[in-house]
Amino acid sequence: MELIFDGITKAFWLLVHGDPEVIEITLLSLGVSLIATIISLIIGISIGTFLGLTRFKGGLIVRSLINTGMGSPPVVVGLIVSVFLWRSGPLGALKLIYTPWAIVIAQCLISLPIIIGFTMASIQQIDNKLRLQILALGASRWQLLWILIKDTRLPLLAAVMAGFGSIISEVGAAMMVGGNIAGETRVLTTAIVLANSRGDFGLAIALGVILMVLVYLVNLGLTAIQQRSKPL
Amino acid sequence: MNNKYPSNAAPVLQVKGLTTILGGRKIIDISELNVWPNETLMIIGPNGSGKTTLLLSMALLLKPSTGIIKYHGVKIDNARQILAQRRRIAVVLQEPLLLNSSVMDNVTLGLKLRKVPRPMIHERAIKWLERFGVDHLAKRQARTLSGGEARRVSLARAFALEPEILFLDEPFIALDSPTKQALLEDFEDVIHETKSTVVMVTHDRNEALTLGERVAVIMNGTIRQYGTTDEIFTSPVDEEIANFVEAGNILRGIITAQENGLAVLNVNGVNIQVATDLPVGTETTGYMHYDDVTLYVNEPAAASSARNHLKGYITRIISAGAQIKVFVDCGFKLVALITRRSWQELGLEVGMEIQAVFKATSIHLIPRHTAEADY
Repeated sequence: MELIFDGITKAFWLLVHGDPEVIEITLLSLGVSLIATIISLIIGISIGTFLGLTRFKGGLIVRSLINTGMGSPPVVVGLIVSVFLWRSGPLGALKLIYTPWAIVIAQCLISLPIIIGFTMASIQQIDNKLRLQILALGASRWQLLWILIKDTRLPLLAAVMAGFGSIISEVGAAMMVGGNIAGETRVLTTAIVLANSRGDFGLAIALGVILMVLVYLVNLGLTAIQQRSKPL
Repeated sequence: MNNKYPSNAAPVLQVKGLTTILGGRKIIDISELNVWPNETLMIIGPNGSGKTTLLLSMALLLKPSTGIIKYHGVKIDNARQILAQRRRIAVVLQEPLLLNSSVMDNVTLGLKLRKVPRPMIHERAIKWLERFGVDHLAKRQARTLSGGEARRVSLARAFALEPEILFLDEPFIALDSPTKQALLEDFEDVIHETKSTVVMVTHDRNEALTLGERVAVIMNGTIRQYGTTDEIFTSPVDEEIANFVEAGNILRGIITAQENGLAVLNVNGVNIQVATDLPVGTETTGYMHYDDVTLYVNEPAAASSARNHLKGYITRIISAGAQIKVFVDCGFKLVALITRRSWQELGLEVGMEIQAVFKATSIHLIPRHTAEADY
């Protein structure tokens, strides 16, 4: 019990005093996850909308691959990205391995299938007649896409939440491609793993609390938007 | 109604040789159809006849398999022209299809897409919401509206675009009777006020009669008859159309006498006088509207100018909305549509003996070979 009590006390002091290491890790974690979320949203919503609207040969295979991707183990994604970015690997010349950008790339690949899948599903459930009606109002193809995305904002918010959630809480890939280098690629999750393995439970708990609060705040914001746009 | 086409105007829209093939089946095959300025063209036909496919093709929302669509004499065939022309017309589909935003946003969306100057957008939206009596709903979320309200908003949204042609696909379907009647009246007023060019698909004969100036009857994907509303409803070219537009009593018989345009038609052994030039021996089918038959319990007091007075008895009386349908057996089946008031005044009952009276000119005849051409 003393161990837990000590851990919580230390965590409290770390948080209250604004420990520079904790702040640095938190900011890096937030930055990496936000960039990865934004990139995968832009790519994922575009691909998801396209797949949701068009029918083509092999569509079934592409769609089932994406559904598989939604549940793909992040460790495998981390492995693939590592192999590609390794100094002697195909993209080694970019010198990205063990940099925050490597983490961004891995996290994008992890959340892309999730965002594509959610977008595809929400676009597909749109009545084809609504699409005709929007075209009839005078929308160009791009305007149609934009209006459809706006109109399905509720299911799309779920995509954003799920995407961000999977990114910020991901640990395996971040460890493999980032290397958990202090002050460079140490993010909340990898720092918790390290602190935990060192027996530094105070730091681990403090970082864990921050991670939970961050995830909660993001979801609070998104849920608030969702509730506001709900019919009265 | 003599001039079938306005002489001094060019059609707004011309359709030529239009076919749409889906899954190897020809859905529509329209050799020619024109839409003239300021007219109300009704496209009527049974379910599955291809009405909606034709309407969507005309409104440039469905790419036909073959054929030419011309607006103002210019063939529309590339994506740029399609988008530009779509922004000059408006379409109301079977469902209101409002977007998940406020009523106001729904009505202004099309105006924004068409780059109507900003200060005018709000003004126009309010004007048309007011015209359809739903301006008080402007701030409401569109998906919370009742069926009738949503329908009014979707009409306001279309009229706010001030389209060259307004296309409507059964816009009054699935509304309860009073709601539909009120909306139909408002709609009729608006199209008369605005002199809009309207193309509307319906399978409802009353809507076509109330709103239509010209009617195209479509069956199995082809236009079977095109003409003024009067022509279609009084002179259907064949039996199928007559049945569809419910032209009324169908009298099948043979001409047994002919004298200067007044002939005798023998229907099931009963002689009826009809106005026709058809020669003796012609097998023919005649149509007569239900409300052209008058019923008398006794001999008509004043000498009626009507030539046909048939004795019979009532076999059935059924309610037909505000009116009453009386089925009479006078050697053949005859139906009369009378008001509830005259039903009560006459005290009609099933089994009662009665006189059915109608004019020789009330019967529209078509030679049997035409009627049977499609069987």
